[in-house]
Amino acid sequence: MSLSPEQVRQVAHLARLELKNEQVEHYARQLSNILGMVDRLSAAQTDGVPEMAHPLDMTQRLRPDVVTETDRRDVFQEHAPAVQDGLFLVPKVIE
Amino acid sequence: MNAPHQLSIRELSDGLRGKKFSSRELTQHFLKRIDTLDPQLNSLITVTAARAQRQAEAADARIARGEAGPLTGIPLIQKDIFCTQGVRTSCASQMLDRFIAPYDATIVEKLDAAGMVMLGKANMDEFAMGSSNETSWYGPVCNPWDLSRVPGGSSGGSVAAVAAGLAPVATATDTGGSIRQPAALTNLTGIKPTYGRVSRYGMIAFASSLDQAGVVARSAEDAAVVLQAMSGFDPRDSTSVERPVDDLVTGLNQPIKGLRIGLPKEYFAEGLAPGARACVEAAIKKFEELGAVIKEISLPNSPLSVPTYYVVAPAEASSNLARFDGVRYGHRAEGVKNLEDLYKKSRGEGFGAEVQRRIMIGTYVLSHGYYDAYYLKAQKVRRLIYDDFKRAFAEVDVVLGPTATDVAFKLGSKTDDPVAMYLNDIYTIAANLAGIPAMSLPCGFVDGLPVGLQLMGNYFDEARLLNVAHQYQQATNWHQQSPKGFA
Amino acid sequence: MSQHAEWEAVIGLEVHCQLLTKTKIFSGASTTYGAEPNTQADAVTLGLPGVLPVLNAEALNMAVKFGLAVDAQIAPRCVFARKHYFYPDLPKGYQISQYELPIVAHGHLDIEVGEQVKRIGITRAHLEEDAGKSLHENFSGMTGIDLNRAGTPLIEIVSEPDIRSSVEAVAYLKKLHQLVVFLGVCDGNMQEGSFRCDANVSVRRKGTEKFGTRTETKNINSFRYVEKAIEYEIERQIEVIESGGKIVQETRLFNPDTGETRSMRSKENANDYRYFPDPDLLPVVVTEADVARIRGQMPELPEAMRDRFMSQYGLSKYDAVTLTGERALAAYYEAVVKSSGADAKLCANWVSTDLLGALNKLGKDIATSPISADALAGLLKRIADKTISGKIAKDVFEAMCAGEGDADAIIKAKGLVQITDESAIVKAIEDVMAKNPDNVAAYRGGKDKLFGFFVGQVMKATGGKANPDALNRLLKEKLAG
Repeated sequence: MSLSPEQVRQVAHLARLELKNEQVEHYARQLSNILGMVDRLSAAQTDGVPEMAHPLDMTQRLRPDVVTETDRRDVFQEHAPAVQDGLFLVPKVIE
Repeated sequence: MNAPHQLSIRELSDGLRGKKFSSRELTQHFLKRIDTLDPQLNSLITVTAARAQRQAEAADARIARGEAGPLTGIPLIQKDIFCTQGVRTSCASQMLDRFIAPYDATIVEKLDAAGMVMLGKANMDEFAMGSSNETSWYGPVCNPWDLSRVPGGSSGGSVAAVAAGLAPVATATDTGGSIRQPAALTNLTGIKPTYGRVSRYGMIAFASSLDQAGVVARSAEDAAVVLQAMSGFDPRDSTSVERPVDDLVTGLNQPIKGLRIGLPKEYFAEGLAPGARACVEAAIKKFEELGAVIKEISLPNSPLSVPTYYVVAPAEASSNLARFDGVRYGHRAEGVKNLEDLYKKSRGEGFGAEVQRRIMIGTYVLSHGYYDAYYLKAQKVRRLIYDDFKRAFAEVDVVLGPTATDVAFKLGSKTDDPVAMYLNDIYTIAANLAGIPAMSLPCGFVDGLPVGLQLMGNYFDEARLLNVAHQYQQATNWHQQSPKGFA
Repeated sequence: MSQHAEWEAVIGLEVHCQLLTKTKIFSGASTTYGAEPNTQADAVTLGLPGVLPVLNAEALNMAVKFGLAVDAQIAPRCVFARKHYFYPDLPKGYQISQYELPIVAHGHLDIEVGEQVKRIGITRAHLEEDAGKSLHENFSGMTGIDLNRAGTPLIEIVSEPDIRSSVEAVAYLKKLHQLVVFLGVCDGNMQEGSFRCDANVSVRRKGTEKFGTRTETKNINSFRYVEKAIEYEIERQIEVIESGGKIVQETRLFNPDTGETRSMRSKENANDYRYFPDPDLLPVVVTEADVARIRGQMPELPEAMRDRFMSQYGLSKYDAVTLTGERALAAYYEAVVKSSGADAKLCANWVSTDLLGALNKLGKDIATSPISADALAGLLKRIADKTISGKIAKDVFEAMCAGEGDADAIIKAKGLVQITDESAIVKAIEDVMAKNPDNVAAYRGGKDKLFGFFVGQVMKATGGKANPDALNRLLKEKLAG
């Protein structure tokens, strides 16, 4: 499996990564090599094998519905890139 | 008497309680070593001298009150992947260069509560992605055994610091070998416990189903006492196991006569460097002398562990790293045109090349049309790898093999070839995929460079692994060697 | 849309229903509405590096309750998945939702349109976390992000495309709304966004089986808007197709000011959400014992309660439906019946007509009613024991609304006690007859209609307090001579 520069651009867009033009070819080659290595998986016989998402066969624990958190906005926003009136600011969102 | 940086944790603890030295003095000793020696290594991103001083004073007071535990007053270094309240927690990324964590990771809380003294935050591969510590935004870490070589990764700063005697012990994390491979390359003992044994809360996630915190130390005994304090159930981590922690220390001295050791033939096939092979084979002989029964076994799917890992880990990473968007914390690019530009520039600037590669691979394997062929397939092969271990542990008590294919390589020698770099982890990745505990311990030298031996155990068999390692270390002195120039 | 007789609309609704838990779905931060911005955004909500989610037991409980109420299957094992997209109100870059294995599947809801009962299938209902809010007021030309709402538990209820008109759509939504409020799993506040609807609409020529291309209209926050948005969308789609165009599968936004929908042409048209199981959360297991326990906590549902009201209290279907519209109203009614001992139908009339009318006028609801169930029962007791007439009771009720005290106090203060002393009534009758000899003669001559005149005169003379039954009987006797 190899990735074209165009596919690299699409993936980078989905992942919201800005790539410089000269990086695209480079990444295309490297990512193709990685996928080439990964393609060895296709030879494995996995019919009827259940997927394994977690190393341990455990189930979800539940938390009681009790408020445990207090307002720490000032601490959380102390190093935030841009805030005003307690809000995080971003460039205008147009819908 | 040996200098403090040559003493074991037990000796340091006895010294503190016997008033031979105070925690303040110990702390000063290590801070001074950091000051003079770390410029050669670059093993620390942040030194927390003032915080250490405060903790040392508190520890001394606790010792004076007779309330000290085995770790009270003992200095340590935290890998910079663990959130430490009020202290920069960078994950070695430009993205978090100015991130001051507003809370403590569970293991930080636990080790603080045990009275340990944090000297600083260790360098690492960016977001723990790498096997050489060359992807750090703060620059590579050098191996104290040969400054022109890598210390391994991603816990390169943790191992370099401990190997050089800048701290008695350090925390580390292991997603595909990031504790064991660097421990092997720096003559340390490092253990990655069973998945779920140590809380992941506050440990910046790389691949959630693989990440596990552990310790690097100069002996199995040191590792045992710190791992004991780190382990345990945490209600804040859904994947934390609700099960009492075994006593890891008391059983260290048990003889290992009759222990069944499995040697997976796949781990001794082509690709293992002759020098490293010779060291591991000598170690096997030593285990036979100690009364262990050696048996060849097979882990037939182990050749698939690297490709499986490079689907599962990047997939989870691409998702875990989506939160770094420059909105609430972390790096935010200047002069952006609009929201999309903010995201793309902040992430494009904030993440280094290896992180970007993995985000893109992960995004690709999860995307429409590729999910089944890559992600689901890898999850199925992961099951096959797990089944291999299940069969193995029906026959043997521990599995033994090399940790790495060779000794530490030269800085810069593999940075242009990601696939070659990834194959470094060929022996370590399977334990993460299966979630079993595994450790590396020193077993010899090739041309003055350390070689590591890997032990893998059944689920929650940390005590047994540490016992086996300790017995080996009672019969050998590889682990007592330290690098010239850092004596 | 009625003029397009050859067309048929196919509608499916997705309802986002905020669960009434105290805390967020994956953290212990409060979910109270209206707090100062970001004061309820804790470390987990903010998606700080290193934090982890742990599932709220009550959110799961409520989702199961809902599933049981719509006769659905409760998944013995369900899985949380991550849905990825970048947006500033989504702190982690993904929403924790359920994808392949939702908690609730294959349910249904019966709606009534006119006299007909129609079954609307519920494909699934899954648990997920809400997003935050973007505030577009001018913050130095920027958008402000408030993450208080982020992480609030939701169930997204997805209907089958069984709905064929805006009227059916509204009937379904109202029924669903009533149900979730009844269950106590949602406060149903549409203004505050606790209950939000997206409408998937397509049209096809009648008789064709294949669905047309659908559009999704987002976040419509009232029943009326749902009706308008769907009607607009049906009209628009028919026009596009009839004029030779094609419907584009897209997301549209309803504008309540114009009653129109418009395309949201965001760049991310080809969304690729990259769902995969959340590795920070484990499979959720709901055992049969869990289901049985939750079933035991279920309140009586509206339909069962309606049927019971009809059989137990002998109410008409109309009254029973009205009184079971809200759990609080039904409880109020039952309290009135129990404590007044009055006729259940009389109680029903008073609650559904007088009380609801008054509340409507006052802009209050049953919870804030100035007249408690006990107070109303106190009034109805006096009708039952004939202390006052039904007519006088209306005046007393008004005085109660005005806060003049309880029924007995008002009756006493205003001297409204009914005259049951027959000699007093006879005297009043005799006075009236003496003053109106002509009418007496006329009545006796066969003008029966004049009976009403005499009743009115006697009532006037007694200040309305004459016991109506006694008055009728005695008046008839006297007039008969």
